[in-house]
Amino acid sequence: MSTKKIGKQTYQPDNPPVLISTGTVVGPFEGQGPLKDYFDHIYTDLTAGERSFEAAEKEMLLNACFTCLNKANVTPQDVDFFLAGDLLNQTISSGFSALELRIPYLGIYGACSTSAEGLCLATMLVDGGFASYVLAATSSHNASAERQYRYPTEYGFHRKPQVQWTVTGAGAALVTPDGEGPRITRFTVGKVHDLGIKDPLNLGAAMAPAAADTIVRHFADTGHGPDYFDLIVTGDLGKFGYQLTVKMAESNGGFDLTKNYKDCGLILYDTGTQDVHAGGSGCASSAVVTYGYLYKKMMEGELKRILLVATGALHSPVSCYQGNGIPGIAHAVCIEMI
Amino acid sequence: MEWQTYIFAFLVGGAITMLGQLILDFTNFTPGHVLSGFVVAGGILSGLGLYEKLIEFAGAGATMPISSFGNALVQGAISEAERSGVIGVLTGMFELTSTGITAAIVFGFLIAVIFNPKG
Repeated sequence: MSTKKIGKQTYQPDNPPVLISTGTVVGPFEGQGPLKDYFDHIYTDLTAGERSFEAAEKEMLLNACFTCLNKANVTPQDVDFFLAGDLLNQTISSGFSALELRIPYLGIYGACSTSAEGLCLATMLVDGGFASYVLAATSSHNASAERQYRYPTEYGFHRKPQVQWTVTGAGAALVTPDGEGPRITRFTVGKVHDLGIKDPLNLGAAMAPAAADTIVRHFADTGHGPDYFDLIVTGDLGKFGYQLTVKMAESNGGFDLTKNYKDCGLILYDTGTQDVHAGGSGCASSAVVTYGYLYKKMMEGELKRILLVATGALHSPVSCYQGNGIPGIAHAVCIEMI
Repeated sequence: MEWQTYIFAFLVGGAITMLGQLILDFTNFTPGHVLSGFVVAGGILSGLGLYEKLIEFAGAGATMPISSFGNALVQGAISEAERSGVIGVLTGMFELTSTGITAAIVFGFLIAVIFNPKG
């Protein structure tokens, strides 16, 4: 019988682990957005000085990891587990980074929900007594993701209004039992949902049902409502997914999200002047906003308690070609200054 | 050549490409679907003898859109089949289109050698 489980899908660690430090790096376009002052490093070139966009993504992920470790004065040798995932086939950015970090590595994949998945697993490892330090990281790169999932520049594709912009960047967080910083007090592991959206250009709508379900589930399991949090953020639902989530949380659970709910993909860019259409997407969206912007706001005391709901679309190009729907997932992590 | 040809070319070419844009805007078909769909449609119209008539009527309005590529594939196959029998269907298919295909490969290669991608 689990002593840490509350409700149906939510878990509460006995000793809430600390996010002792974070590292965030972003590409040039993200570096022009409203959150530019909150990132540790802004690349001026999309290739990050590497030979390919894929190599650039790995360089960014490594940079975020080393920045995170350096800030906490922790060496890779001290870290017990490296939990990482990304969008590229066989999660090569993460695997190749692990090769250089020399930290025992568990590869994870939750598409753009990977940041929260990493935090859930890191909490289990630390609270379970398996680890003193867990490094959870994720990355995405606009050009490498477009090449794999969507339309590389050469294709000359006209972007539709509901298309989102894959965020270039990487974020890492170091999770440990004690120290100063915000703590992970609860997390809800989401179920996979597919309401039949088949358009891979409308991922926000495909992921919204999963986001709404996980949010409602978290509220039901914990007895808390939206007011309990200073801020609720989803990872990368964009304009249309955001509206859908607000509607579905209202109709499925009667919760009013309009007061304190934001989407990382929408606050990362100035949607008025930066042409990202429906907003940002990709693993880095929730990672850089949470580990950069929100983490600093928490450390400064401006935010006390947030609910991160990172959302992922679990399709592949092949599954779309074969006419399948786009399953979505969302995990919720409650991060508090206590 | 009559001056009206310019108007017909504009209207027919515009209609064909507008159809493509409408498909992209209002359906879930991707540019890949539209591209291959137009090639196949051009091929079918060509086999029925209709595309050549459209070219006579609208000139560049019909030869510029990608449907003209389907037409060229079929016309090449038909004319070679008339000269050398069934096997001509295979050998003739790329006869008229080889300029376009070769140009795409050669220029694609040259550009890739000279420039680095920016996104």
